[in-house]
Amino acid sequence: MTAATVGFWVVAAALVASSLAVVLTPNLFHAVLYLAAALVATGVAFLLLDAPFLFGVQLLLYAGGVVTIVVFAIMLTERLVGERITQASRWAVNGALVAGAVFVAVVGFLLQAPRRPVSAAPAGDTTAALGRALVGPYALTLELLGVLLIVALLGALYFARAED
Amino acid sequence: MGLHAWLTLAALVFAIGLFGVLTRRNAVGILLGIELMLNAVNINLVAFARFNGDLAGMVFTLFTIAITVAEVAVGLAIVIVIFRVRRTVEADRLDLLRG
Repeated sequence: MTAATVGFWVVAAALVASSLAVVLTPNLFHAVLYLAAALVATGVAFLLLDAPFLFGVQLLLYAGGVVTIVVFAIMLTERLVGERITQASRWAVNGALVAGAVFVAVVGFLLQAPRRPVSAAPAGDTTAALGRALVGPYALTLELLGVLLIVALLGALYFARAED
Repeated sequence: MGLHAWLTLAALVFAIGLFGVLTRRNAVGILLGIELMLNAVNINLVAFARFNGDLAGMVFTLFTIAITVAEVAVGLAIVIVIFRVRRTVEADRLDLLRG
């Protein structure tokens, strides 16, 4: 087994285990911590796929930002309700059936899909190429993304403002 | 490992996230499931970019990550407002629009 194969299986095991913990643990706060683990595992997957810049973005934005916001929201609602948010799952059998059917359908499609020859990996430093692509062909999209972030920020502030 | 292995892993994580969305009662828990599903899609995009030698997938991943962060901020703000008004974040009890 090569190092890449070992890395794949380690990342896959960590990712699947932490994802299962996210959806199965009864304590919502623990679920967020497991989500952080799953997000870091995804970041390592990006690293294995020759995308070190995305690894950094994943850690900063997702594992850093999103998890912090979710913990904040849980603390806020928990404090207001005055009781711990532990929660049972509902319709576990139906949910497992639907999720399993989706998984089987996707994998069935994958198995019959033609195996294309693997192209060469993106040559050289993908971070530099990514930066050039972002301010070159994708510049307009990047600007639109900035507008979206401003709108989302204003929207969140509007929703969360103090009551008059 | 080839493209198919990564795609299978992403499909598995997507299915797990879908299970979470379907079974969680708490609105924040449902958001966590959506996070997992979006994460699986990102793995797909990066895997396609890596094995097709095309950077577009990685650019799209950057965009989806940023859009997800915006979505989480607005979604959690909505959850907090719902909590203020209804005193619950349990999805089953948010049936104000039921006909």
